[in-house]
Amino acid sequence: MDQTNDPPRRKFLISRKIDKAFLDLHKVYIFNASIFREMFSRPFEFREVLNQFYEVGVRSLPLITLTGFIIGVVFTNQSRPSLATFGATSWLPSLISIAIVRALAPLVTSIITAARVGSNIGAELGSMRVTEQIDAMEVSAINPFKYLVVTRVLATTLMVPLLMLYTVLVGLLGSYMNVSANEQTSFITFMVKVFDAISFLDLFSSIIKSVVFGYTIGMISCYKGYYSSKGTEGVGKAANSSVVTAIILVFLEELISLQIIGALRNM
Amino acid sequence: MRKERFVIDYQDKVISIRGLYKAFDDFEVLKGVDLDLYRGENLVVLGKSGTGKSVLIKIISGLLRPDAGSVNVLGKDVDKINRKELNALRLKVGFSFQNSALYDSMTVQENLEFPLKRHDPSLTQKQVNSFINIVLEAVGLGQTADQMPSELSGGQRKRIGIARTLILKPDIMLYDEPTAGLDPITSQEINNLINAVQQRFNTSSIIITHDLTCARETGDRLVMLLDGQFQRQGTFDEVFSTDDERVQAFYNYNFID
Repeated sequence: MDQTNDPPRRKFLISRKIDKAFLDLHKVYIFNASIFREMFSRPFEFREVLNQFYEVGVRSLPLITLTGFIIGVVFTNQSRPSLATFGATSWLPSLISIAIVRALAPLVTSIITAARVGSNIGAELGSMRVTEQIDAMEVSAINPFKYLVVTRVLATTLMVPLLMLYTVLVGLLGSYMNVSANEQTSFITFMVKVFDAISFLDLFSSIIKSVVFGYTIGMISCYKGYYSSKGTEGVGKAANSSVVTAIILVFLEELISLQIIGALRNM
Repeated sequence: MRKERFVIDYQDKVISIRGLYKAFDDFEVLKGVDLDLYRGENLVVLGKSGTGKSVLIKIISGLLRPDAGSVNVLGKDVDKINRKELNALRLKVGFSFQNSALYDSMTVQENLEFPLKRHDPSLTQKQVNSFINIVLEAVGLGQTADQMPSELSGGQRKRIGIARTLILKPDIMLYDEPTAGLDPITSQEINNLINAVQQRFNTSSIIITHDLTCARETGDRLVMLLDGQFQRQGTFDEVFSTDDERVQAFYNYNFID
């Protein structure tokens, strides 16, 4: 048997897993850079963007309405005993509005969007990848990245803030109905207390947060679906990991934004 | 049934491949492949599954990049042109996928409209419908325009996949396993369709297959991919008139005359 004195070839820079993690990170970076590059270059996919606005925005409304309203009712009901201990139930509208506007609405809207839309995008693009539909677009000289990815990311980025504002409205409506039934507070009084409690920074920061959450959900779902492999098993994994990864990232971003907004408030 | 001979211009190469190498991790698929496709020719690439036949046409269409070598399609070096030039080239190269790759959320009509309208937005709906009728009639499925891909049989999906590529009037057709998974009668219909496309639309084609009936009936010339290189080429009879055990094994196990 021939033997050489050559040192064994190193296949990996550090180890297979660490190398892969860095490569994946680089792939995500390239994916994000491509989204921004394609978003602002012609031709614009207006029709598909409108389709996706409908899919992400309008079709999420029933679920958002239900969950937003119930959260408003339940959170008000659960907060009442604590405030009643100090005879401060009149503070309910202020407490609820701050909780809904600052945290509940952006988070609930994002979680629902990740679950409903993110899984849908992950499965749809994953299925298109494994059945070569994405390749079919490519060989027809159609840019599948722009048509499938950019339109969906744009839709989630712009629709989640709007859905968040809608969640605020239905959440406050649920809260008002509960307060009205128990404390006989008028709608005007309720709304005055609400607007006294929340500031421009509260609303603005929630809108910005929702834009970031929406982008994260769209980007992660598209990334998982666009690069899915291994047949139908891969499609299932893409759908599942779209939701899980997006929700984890949304909570991490919430934690970071809490620090940033807290610092802004203290300035 | 043997195909009628079509006029082939052996002075005009529409695809010219030299020294093509492609590996996936440590697995070398193509090891220095040379290939020419002439205008008007149906060239069949034979080989066992996993020998890199599909990789070859994916490189030709720019879906994969070669590790080494040159791939010249209609005078353009696929690996060296920019995205805009590649897209212009892709309009002249039709790709029929093994599993048809029809857009399953669109009807047959929308599948055909989608590439056509995007590349020529000036077309009126009447003109679009007219083009669609022509290609649907050419593949013998004029009545399926309103159906969803899930409502079609495997053979019908293959035909619609071919129609979708024909609607852009390509000069070159790349067929990836056109008869895979089809019964013998439907396979025969697809073979006839491939020959009809060559004659009616004046296309040059590369047909990737391991189906020897398909190879015999559609190919003007055959090449056999073995161990990452083309080992045999010529007419069907020329390719299989050899004592090479690998070629004979392929013939004996896959072909019932």
